[in-house]
Amino acid sequence: MNEAPKLNSFRAGPDEDGRFGIFGGRFVAETLMPLILDLQAEWDKAKNDPAFKAELDNLGAHYIGRPSPLYFAERLTEELGGAKIYFKREELNHTGSHKINNCIGQILLAKRMGKTRIIAETGAGQHGVASATVAARFGLPCVVYMGATDVERQAPNVFRMKLLGAEVKPVTAGNGTLKDAMNEALRDWVTNVDNTYYLIGTAAGPHPYPEMVRDFQAVIGQEAKAQMLEAEGRLPDLVVAAVGGGSNAIGIFHSFLDDEGVKIVGVEAGGKGLDGEEHCASITAGSPGVLHGNRTYLLQDGDGQIKEGHSISAGLDYPGIGPEHSWLNDVGRVEYVPIMDHEALEAFQMLTRLEGIIPALEPSHALAEVIKRAPTMGKDEIILMNLSGRGDKDIFTVGKILGMGL
Amino acid sequence: MTARMDRKFADVASEGRPVLVTYFMGGDPDFETSVSIMKALPKAGADVIELGMPFSDPMADGPAIQLAGQRALKAGQTLAKTLDIARRFREEDQRTPIVLMGYYNPIYIYGVDRFLTDALDAGIDGLIVVDLPPEMDDELCIPALAKGINFIRLATPTTDDRRLPKVLENTSGFVYYVSMNGITGSALPDPSLIAGAVERIKSHTKLPVCVGFGVKTAEHARAIGASADGVVVGTAIVNQIASSLTEEGRATDATVPGVEALIRGLSAGVRSARLAAAE
Repeated sequence: MNEAPKLNSFRAGPDEDGRFGIFGGRFVAETLMPLILDLQAEWDKAKNDPAFKAELDNLGAHYIGRPSPLYFAERLTEELGGAKIYFKREELNHTGSHKINNCIGQILLAKRMGKTRIIAETGAGQHGVASATVAARFGLPCVVYMGATDVERQAPNVFRMKLLGAEVKPVTAGNGTLKDAMNEALRDWVTNVDNTYYLIGTAAGPHPYPEMVRDFQAVIGQEAKAQMLEAEGRLPDLVVAAVGGGSNAIGIFHSFLDDEGVKIVGVEAGGKGLDGEEHCASITAGSPGVLHGNRTYLLQDGDGQIKEGHSISAGLDYPGIGPEHSWLNDVGRVEYVPIMDHEALEAFQMLTRLEGIIPALEPSHALAEVIKRAPTMGKDEIILMNLSGRGDKDIFTVGKILGMGL
Repeated sequence: MTARMDRKFADVASEGRPVLVTYFMGGDPDFETSVSIMKALPKAGADVIELGMPFSDPMADGPAIQLAGQRALKAGQTLAKTLDIARRFREEDQRTPIVLMGYYNPIYIYGVDRFLTDALDAGIDGLIVVDLPPEMDDELCIPALAKGINFIRLATPTTDDRRLPKVLENTSGFVYYVSMNGITGSALPDPSLIAGAVERIKSHTKLPVCVGFGVKTAEHARAIGASADGVVVGTAIVNQIASSLTEEGRATDATVPGVEALIRGLSAGVRSARLAAAE
């Protein structure tokens, strides 16, 4: 792509049409346009409303458990023998991942808009659980679309959603994974436009979703920055996060985008390797295209048909990525790299044994990159990683691969 | 080109009946059968043809059209081949307008300029691209109009009077009124509601208004044709094709004749629509 332009800020986007450079936009059917414009109007009002912010902060503190801790991983740091490694512990949030930050924000918006029914899509089930949770908390019925393949491999989360009172609808179209679930949720939305709020789980989709979800997740980076200054008196040298759709990553990246000395790395799912078809590295191995309301990097063939992604982690199994990440890649501010299934699995086990933390398979990808980089960095350097979710949901997948009887 | 479309609507209007617009999926169940289906449509009474461009993720379509797209893709259909279907059709029919209908990504990947040049060459008269609302007009709509290809827009029940002028601004050829909020292939709503909606749109534009989504039978076509300038039938045709296939999804001797019989019935429906309205 072009040489990185000299920008005053990497944090100014999107423009009023929802674009980050050529990425983003509003590529949706006409039926949805009035809804998206309504949502944008409500979001523009809410984000400048002190009462909205106060409610969000209050629920953040007392319901989610914010701020999440910044944790110095002492034994992991010793083992790797290089840079000091810190985790932003989003896995300690209520429901076990960063997803709840966005869900609380969006359901408050849904209430403001007078919507009476919530729909959501989910891959690993973390966003489905978070959506079902906030729907229960606010007394709204909730339908979660989930690929049939994912329903099978994420059974504990399906059970959680049902316990929380949500209806889980398995989607069999396509490969039965996250993109198919998103198609089905969009179909539900165009059919039930009057009463339904679509609670998108990642920083993708038509404007204003990428911006809105980012802003709800940006609390991660805001807290981490303050906590790091408190702990070390300076900013980290490297910030690392896993990227599927990219909401946890943009959440921790956003506060650091204009800090020149901070290197930022997003980790994509390399699956079984980029040479074959079984991966989910939209930026490293894809090309720009239009899907699900936005232009962004996609896995697609020469005819513009979308391919199915593969990852050991259901949460990274999406053939696209949030548009802001596509832009941050093209302007050269963030580096995106792939991590293979087996590397993530090794990282998962290493953290479990060394720190007594069972990470989700999604942040295990980020961790595998940290494990590669830390030994090459000096002991006076600092890495900040977003530990975006806990691994309870993944123990069956991992157990099966490791041949442990459960 | 835009002239063929305008001429067709004028000719049919002079016959005192609504236009019958028929949709089918290019390449379903295979390329050659698709060519035969397309050639059969006007002979059985179709006035305008919507040629579907298959896409892996048809977010605004119901299961019938989604499956048709999957069958076509599985049989090796591509955007280039869909244009070839139109070329083959044009070898023997220069009067029936062809509208390509689908999603933006295959066009974007093909390259907008190259696509418009090839589409004109293949005899395409208009485009319906579901995921390009007026806010995205710079992508394809404006370049298409500059080349003389109609850009036909969908108006829906959520398109209120405030928004309607924006939707109609760069629309040409005709306006496609989607009779309900939802996906293709759902149930048909009350015809009297549709008549009101058609009137509302016509108060904003001189373009013909065609109504679709949910039209399955000659009776539906007749009821809707009483108020609309045209009736769009899609899912019913796609279902007819699907029902004629073998278990493996291959065409049979019944595939093309089945479509012909359905279109003849629908054509009779639109031809009696204004009589019904006058009763």
